[in-house]
Amino acid sequence: MIFTIAGKDLKALFTSPIAWVVLTFVQLIVGYGFLKRFDEFMEVQKQLLQLASPPGFTELVAVPTFATTAAIMLFAVPLLAMRLIAEERRNQTMVLLTSAPISILDIVLGKFLALLGMLLIILALVALMPLSLSGATKLDYRLIGSIVLGLTLMAAAFSAVSLYVSSLTTHPIVAALGAFGALMAMVLMGENVADNLQTRGLGVLATFAQVFSPVKNFEPLGKGVIDSYAIACLVLLTVLFLAFTVRQLEARRLRG
Amino acid sequence: MISPSESTAPPAVTLAAHGLSRRFGSHTAVDGVDLQLRRGEVLGFLGPNGAGKTTTMQMLTGNLAPTAGAVSVCGVDLLEAPVEAKSHIGYLPETPPLYRDMKVGEYLDLVARLHRVPSAKRRAAVDKAQARCGLSDVSRKLIGTLSKGYQQRVGIAQAIVHEPDVIILDEPTVGLDPNQIRDIRALIRELGGTHSIILSTHILPEVEAICDRVQIMHHGKLVYSDTIAALKQFHSGRILLVGLNNPPAMDELAAIPGVTRAEAAGEHLYRVSIAAGADPTAQIVTLAAERHWGLHQIAPAQTNLEDVFVNLTTRDVTDGEKAA
Repeated sequence: MIFTIAGKDLKALFTSPIAWVVLTFVQLIVGYGFLKRFDEFMEVQKQLLQLASPPGFTELVAVPTFATTAAIMLFAVPLLAMRLIAEERRNQTMVLLTSAPISILDIVLGKFLALLGMLLIILALVALMPLSLSGATKLDYRLIGSIVLGLTLMAAAFSAVSLYVSSLTTHPIVAALGAFGALMAMVLMGENVADNLQTRGLGVLATFAQVFSPVKNFEPLGKGVIDSYAIACLVLLTVLFLAFTVRQLEARRLRG
Repeated sequence: MISPSESTAPPAVTLAAHGLSRRFGSHTAVDGVDLQLRRGEVLGFLGPNGAGKTTTMQMLTGNLAPTAGAVSVCGVDLLEAPVEAKSHIGYLPETPPLYRDMKVGEYLDLVARLHRVPSAKRRAAVDKAQARCGLSDVSRKLIGTLSKGYQQRVGIAQAIVHEPDVIILDEPTVGLDPNQIRDIRALIRELGGTHSIILSTHILPEVEAICDRVQIMHHGKLVYSDTIAALKQFHSGRILLVGLNNPPAMDELAAIPGVTRAEAAGEHLYRVSIAAGADPTAQIVTLAAERHWGLHQIAPAQTNLEDVFVNLTTRDVTDGEKAA
């Protein structure tokens, strides 16, 4: 049942122009950045060989390419998520799902998987750029694997947050702006608040802030460090906001 | 309130609601509604706008939690086991829940999936629903490009594709042309043979034409509940239409023994309500002659659902309950 809903919503994403616009946009920006860095790498390649342990193609080209993708996700996810619940409620099609023998949890998980599926498609298209050179250069697959894992978990966290905001309103644009605002607030929190609290000895609050800092938790994975604490924080944030979404939709049935 | 007429060897109850209430803040939208529906029964749900019909239907379909009361569908408690209970229900809300970007066939297939129709039977179920609602020709068209009437039919098809035991239709014939209305009425009658149907509408002849039973809501309360047959029998002859060219004060008419109420019903035409069992016709004729009221017509009014409806819903709830 979850996959029926996921399939329906993934299909709906592709029948609207948003998915195509976002896909095109990501390919253009990331592709341009990739080619530019690739070009620079070719130029400095000889000088690099004189270093004792020179950074490879993966560090100099692949990693920044993925970093750009992470930044783009910050506004791509709210845009892709905005219609998922807000528009169903606006068009009063949500009734179809809530009248069917399906639990609210299944509805939310289905929508979440549709969004995550879309983001994995974007991620796969980005990953193909460095991977296309696998025959020509030695790639650090472990590093790439760690980054892709980190990006997937971060995308999941972004998705859960955006899905929740989409459940709060019946206006898709408001949902997109709200989700973008929430994600930006979390980025800013990751920059300063967690460290600040830690130095003041407020460990519990620092942990709290850490959970709500998906970008900060992505950083170790982005460097190839499988930090289980950061992974747990990303998963926790995802689960938390999915639970909020379920609760919000249940409340709608109770409040009317 | 009149209890539903008993029929011999009643079929299984498919939908039962007890003391269903819903408050929104301090406003009570639905107040202690009891409802019972048997297999093969078509129930007409009437009431003026804002009477609480849609709210009641939302509660019956599990889309709104009641403040008090219980609903059971085919013996399954809707509040305790919502998923199982919902599998017995087909619901057409006021606004049909249609995905405009989907094709008709594709959409009905999705609905069948959501209602757990096994994949082997899904194709046949979709074809049957399409055929029943006259949609076979537009199966490959986008829902968004269809006319309002066709969209309404897709909405009905959506509610019946999984062959539910209870079908709940909120104003199913809105936006249809007369031919389509006739088709849909025939369809509802046909479905009523094997399923239980609740339908809300503003069109009173529709209820008289297709429903077995009628319930009227007013200010959130059920003020009338009876079979259509009993309704016609019960009310015939209880109202006289009296034509007077030179009418007296209404009080004078109402003072005649056996008359409960008198009111103007048109030019020189008056509607006189009669207490149960009384027949003041002769007395009115005599008095009219004595006092020169200019009597030119006296006849029992053709009582129909409209009279009952207007009677119950244009007065206070307490009055309405007394009258019913």
